Amino acid sequence: MKSRFITFLALFLCFGAASRAQDKPQAFVGAQIIPISGPPIPNGVLVVHRGKIVAVGPASQVAIPSDAERHDVTGKVIMPGLVDTHSHIGGGAGGDASAPMQPDVRILDSINVRDTSLKRAQAGGITTVNIMPGSGHLLSGQTVYVKLRNGNTIEDLLIRDAQGNYMWGIKMANGTNSLRPNSPGPFPGTRAKSAAIVRDMFTRAVEYRDKIRRAGGDRSKLPPRDLGLEALVEAMEGKRIVHFHTHRHDDILTAIRLSKEFGFRVVLHHVSEGWRVADEIARARVPASIIVIDSPGGKLETVNLVFQNGAILDRAGVPVAFHTDDYITDSRLLLRSAALAVRAGMSRDKALAALTLTAAQMLDLQDRIGSLERGKDADFIILSGDPLSVYTKVLETYVEGIKVFDRSNPQDRLYAVGGYGASRDQDVHIECFEDGEGQR
Amino acid sequence: MKMIEKVLRALTFIKRHEKSSGALVVLLLASAAAQAQIAVRGETVYTMAGAPIRDGVVLIRDGKIERVGPASQVAIPVGYRTLTARVVTPGLIDAHSTVGLSGYLNQPHDQMQLDTSAPIQPELRAIDAYDAREFLVGYLRSFGITTVHTGHGPGALISGQTMIVKTVGDTIDQAVIVPEAMIAASLGQAGLGQGGKSPGTRSKEIAMLRAELLKAQDYVAKQKAAGNDPSKAPSRDIRMEALARVIRGEIPLLVNVHRAHDIMSALRVAKEFGIKIVLDGAAEAYLVMDQIKAAGVPVIIHPTMYRAAGDAENLSMETAAKLRRAGIPVALQSCYESYVPKTRVVLFEAAIAAANGLSFEEALATVTIDAARILGIANRVGSLEPGKDADVVLFDGDPFEYTSHVTGVIINGQVASEERR
Repeated sequence: MKSRFITFLALFLCFGAASRAQDKPQAFVGAQIIPISGPPIPNGVLVVHRGKIVAVGPASQVAIPSDAERHDVTGKVIMPGLVDTHSHIGGGAGGDASAPMQPDVRILDSINVRDTSLKRAQAGGITTVNIMPGSGHLLSGQTVYVKLRNGNTIEDLLIRDAQGNYMWGIKMANGTNSLRPNSPGPFPGTRAKSAAIVRDMFTRAVEYRDKIRRAGGDRSKLPPRDLGLEALVEAMEGKRIVHFHTHRHDDILTAIRLSKEFGFRVVLHHVSEGWRVADEIARARVPASIIVIDSPGGKLETVNLVFQNGAILDRAGVPVAFHTDDYITDSRLLLRSAALAVRAGMSRDKALAALTLTAAQMLDLQDRIGSLERGKDADFIILSGDPLSVYTKVLETYVEGIKVFDRSNPQDRLYAVGGYGASRDQDVHIECFEDGEGQR
Repeated sequence: MKMIEKVLRALTFIKRHEKSSGALVVLLLASAAAQAQIAVRGETVYTMAGAPIRDGVVLIRDGKIERVGPASQVAIPVGYRTLTARVVTPGLIDAHSTVGLSGYLNQPHDQMQLDTSAPIQPELRAIDAYDAREFLVGYLRSFGITTVHTGHGPGALISGQTMIVKTVGDTIDQAVIVPEAMIAASLGQAGLGQGGKSPGTRSKEIAMLRAELLKAQDYVAKQKAAGNDPSKAPSRDIRMEALARVIRGEIPLLVNVHRAHDIMSALRVAKEFGIKIVLDGAAEAYLVMDQIKAAGVPVIIHPTMYRAAGDAENLSMETAAKLRRAGIPVALQSCYESYVPKTRVVLFEAAIAAANGLSFEEALATVTIDAARILGIANRVGSLEPGKDADVVLFDGDPFEYTSHVTGVIINGQVASEERR
């Protein structure tokens, strides 16, 4: 009883402190600011208030409100919170083994917000995440876009659109992960069969959509509600983005072909052989969220993975983002992916945008996050130095003006570097073959 | 002179085999040229045998390091090919991997690091399974890894032998430098039997290990008692012969273990049988540093970026630094990976260690001289000193910075890579 009261008190004090922090404008003074939307500002000022950015610019041009609380961050670097377009933090799982396409399944219903993987992501400077179900299906379910607020429930983390609905996408995959070569079904045994199953379901979704249109508001003529087909219709109407796991050059082109055929918006994910079909991806005007892995292989589809992928796609004109695919790469090291792409020839500016604004575009969130601009959400990180240096530490992470990670706090530091208890409450989720072998 | 001899010999060979194509001539000439004397001049040369040298020169002759020193004192002789770099280091050493036994395709035919038919198989030799042409060997080489301690992996109580190779050569015989380096064992989760087979618990693991070591002790005692009389010697047993080397203290048992209580079990068994062990992985080593130190046991720590899960869930990026501060010899490894990435790169792992408590040179030592000492090959590799193998890596900046590149790799005095990686 007593401990409950203390917990309650602690929560009360935390939220109390948080809301107080929101009452006064907060001014961060003296840092190099990398706004992404413009060139770096050597001696910058960032002012945030009530969760939003109210001013950003050179010290000489920004008037700091008289009631603002000042934070001296001289010598530090401030950039927008990182946007991870593809992650599996929170220990969730999407579709089960019953069918290769399960568009009615929502990852939202399975996320544990106490999973320490969320803490690690905050420690890595990530503020927005597209949490996805796995790739062991052609369509493993609905994804969910979250802010890494310190929430008590998944609802506390959701990102809502202007109508108040939470935002999400659809996870699809092709290539080997969703193949079950020796099974009698319902999973595909070949790549052509994979595409056929997708085509078949989208054809049903077209029919469903047309029936609704023909009903013209007449309830008696409406087809029975089908939550799965509704999700696909939303994708075809452009309301949802399909996040498409795809590695090999031919699978990439298949994903693009299907998206053109049914008119759904697609973001390519992983795209290991994107460098082989960069011009084709550019011509299709499809963005690519890529992964950077320390060595090629581990699975047949990634034997041709190269660090140059980002640079080549970017040069071809493809919008490029990086993702962690956490647990495949560590959320604490997302900055590293951009740095390795720069090592292989990508421009510094594009690599930093790939972690922020370009990634936000892939979630339809570019008007709210991804750059430090007046009116945008106050999601930002304070770094000890150059974002692309191995020696740089994420010192603080802010979501909507509230500090959610502070390296000087011993508990937060534990999540940042690891140690005893750092993985408590963590549910490692690597799926999806039925035999239990890890596949993402 | 030797180079000229080699070219002459090659040409004589070709004359005797008139049918040989021109390509062969080119190939032989090229390989002879690659063995030419080389001078490496670096703005900073980390010899790992003393303070770094500003504007240093490393002279290489006939596969060995001839001289090392500041450019003001070491003149580059005529005829030496000169390579320049911002930073020069010894060839990097991966203190434990399964590369070459486990391949990058990750298909059954290229996964030879673990046989699960029995829990104890010290007779499995690494040299019988190493693919010198494995793609990942060349991949590691291109990032400056010139020596790898590889072989049987974690996943069985005793999975087999390990060996040490250079990341060159088309055959095991060309690559190998120590054919039988250690015997690989696993405790904790990784040592449990698969499919319900023994050992099914941690206690059973240790009981089985004890029983096996007792048998080996007995085998060694019988051999000793027999002296030079073959009629009294125990009948040959390749399994016992392998373990006998551990009992006699010739090679260590490499114990893959993460939990603190499993580390203590490993130390207990080592003391009981008077055998040498090396701790491998050791995620929770920071909890029992006094005991590890007192036992005089070195640690080949898990990769700094290893995933925190299962027995390794409490790992920390700062463990290498903590162990080193405590005076425990520590080296870094790429470890075994079952999926993606199929191999880690110790250059990258040392970089993260350098950002988490180790100084630059300490971190470099975990993948050069300290690794060489733990592996028992410091007489040949691990530092830039006259007489040692000419394994040298060239960088265009701080080797640990993400955006720096490896610009050259020299192994046994030959340029193995000039690719910018």
